[in-house]
Amino acid sequence: MTVIEAQNISKRYIIDHKKGNTKDTFRELVTDSIKNIFSGKKNEDEIAHEDFWALKDVSFKIDQGDRVGVIGSNGAGKSTLLKVLSRITEPTHGSVKISGRVASLLEVGTGFHPELSGRENIFLNGAILGMKRDEIKRHFDAIVDFAGVEKFLDTPVKRYSSGMYVRLGFAISAHLEPEIMIVDEVLAVGDAEFQRKCLGKMKDASVSGRTILFVSHNLTAVQGLCNKSMFMQKGQLIEMGETSQVLATYLSHVQKTELEAVYTSPEEAPGNDKIRLKSIRIIPNYVDSQRHLDIRTSFKVKIEFWNMLDEANLNISLHLNSLTGECIFNIGTESKAFKKGIITAECDIPNNFLNDGSYSISFMVVKDTALPLFNFEEALIFEIEDYREGMAWYGKWPGYIRPKIDFPITQLEFNNFS
Amino acid sequence: MQETIIEAGRSERYYWRDLWKFKELLYILAKRDVTVRYKQTFVGVAWAVVRPVMTVLAFVFAFHKVAKIEDKSNIDFGLIVFSGVIFWNFFASSFQQVSNSITGNANLVSKVYFPRLLMPLSAAAVPLLDFFVGFAILLPFLLFKGVIPNWHLVLVPLFLLLGYLAALSLGVIFAALNVQFRDFQQLVPLIVQYGFFVCPVAYSVATIQGLSWFKYYYWINPLAGIIEGFRWSILPDYPYFDWSSFIPSLIFIVITTIIAVYFFRKKENSFVDYI
Repeated sequence: MTVIEAQNISKRYIIDHKKGNTKDTFRELVTDSIKNIFSGKKNEDEIAHEDFWALKDVSFKIDQGDRVGVIGSNGAGKSTLLKVLSRITEPTHGSVKISGRVASLLEVGTGFHPELSGRENIFLNGAILGMKRDEIKRHFDAIVDFAGVEKFLDTPVKRYSSGMYVRLGFAISAHLEPEIMIVDEVLAVGDAEFQRKCLGKMKDASVSGRTILFVSHNLTAVQGLCNKSMFMQKGQLIEMGETSQVLATYLSHVQKTELEAVYTSPEEAPGNDKIRLKSIRIIPNYVDSQRHLDIRTSFKVKIEFWNMLDEANLNISLHLNSLTGECIFNIGTESKAFKKGIITAECDIPNNFLNDGSYSISFMVVKDTALPLFNFEEALIFEIEDYREGMAWYGKWPGYIRPKIDFPITQLEFNNFS
Repeated sequence: MQETIIEAGRSERYYWRDLWKFKELLYILAKRDVTVRYKQTFVGVAWAVVRPVMTVLAFVFAFHKVAKIEDKSNIDFGLIVFSGVIFWNFFASSFQQVSNSITGNANLVSKVYFPRLLMPLSAAAVPLLDFFVGFAILLPFLLFKGVIPNWHLVLVPLFLLLGYLAALSLGVIFAALNVQFRDFQQLVPLIVQYGFFVCPVAYSVATIQGLSWFKYYYWINPLAGIIEGFRWSILPDYPYFDWSSFIPSLIFIVITTIIAVYFFRKKENSFVDYI
């Protein structure tokens, strides 16, 4: 049975460009309108309206009991889709037909009031998510038990640790028993044990016939939980089908080895009015004439960016991520005072360190060691190839890193066990 | 099984039905505000007593003793101020709470769906509670001053309802505007402060009888009739009440309610994009 049927849904946002700023205060709106009355011309001349389609002609059907993963890079329209489905925002065109009660967990602990106790917040949050009072009462003990907060039930949640807060939030949502559950990145928080509990709870929910929509950057979780997936890109639905199939398409889309991204002028470069990316390169030290970036190859990562700030203390924080979105390491430069101009930084990644596979580099420029100025996500995506010698096994080498650590093995004594 | 259809402009048709379905949330949001109100205070609800009493004392001093405003009736000046102040406090803080109800619940607006009108509707719970506490002190005070309320008392809820509707409709317009322009957040306290002096809170309407535009006063200030009506319902001998002052009040409430509902409904789907 089809529980969600979306037909050509589109969502448009209008972005106003007007000398770099929009009318955020009433004064600007009033003074501008008055100016325009007197000068006799209309506003439209000065403002460039730009349509931004966060969703464009998205159509799909979801059957009851499906666990659907929604994947795609940032800005692909995943969150907008979920917002439309959970009725937080209306689509500009198109329609969705939903059979059953929808509960969205766009963020756990939504509507918690810090001054209220855990007990009071369970009722408040449950009601906000659409539970009836007797329904909450029925599940109360299970919620408390799942969250593990028995001792702190009458403590205001403002005194909870962040872990307790998230656990309580998820526990309430997990006991909602809606027919359709929409989950967005809840697993980004909480410890490993709790994440396992959450995934288990979601699996149970789907076994009992509930439909789940799950957005995550963590492809491993999508693979583990979802039987179907949707791959979105730039507001459009590229593919929907079996998870393994869709993940393969997704990886082939994003997996393009680029060893450099270079921008010739600040106007076209990504960034903002403070920072713009000039170039990011990987410079390998190839070990043989094959020119393969493989596990034996060490390489340099070199970043250049335009700094438009005068006298700012800047440093770079670089993340090396696996393609499934897990961070393998994060390194930072020291923070130094810089003037306007071009700034460069480089680091050496040793050989015999990364395992074969696809990786992406993201980095941000940070001011005063605390304020991120811009985050260049997936600035480069590259692949490290495998290399093996003297081995008869050709399966996929597990793990993200593949260090060459001395691991001597010797015979300690001879014995013929007679 | 429940069927939902989402499309542009669709929610219009089922809005009022949805609102009814979420009535339990209305109660819970109101209860939240009431519970939170006096948390982590030492004297708790006693603040609801202290505040109006102190205000009344200050105004009796300022208007009666310093400014020498005399009331021509034989009613105790303290009672005129007291009744005005508790009613005005109810109106003013309802108006303020309602105006801030959407921006104050920003995290809910951007994360979960429910009819947004629930937020302003639930916002008057705290002022209502404060009003009842104030009223509970006013009654013994009346008896102490030798005033015995008569059947007019049954009309108190009517005036309270009118005050609530006026505060709600005005507040809803401001709440919707406030989402996009935070200027209104600055404006609301100013209006409240101004209104205190413009409305017959610390004086009765009769005090300004000498002014040339007095006959239009109820039309200029539609709240004045409601406040005087409230006084009349608790002070049986109160001579300055006039049923005809209801006409401007009712016209005002009907018009602002229509504008408020229309404007709020038009804006509410874009709240999440601006908040």
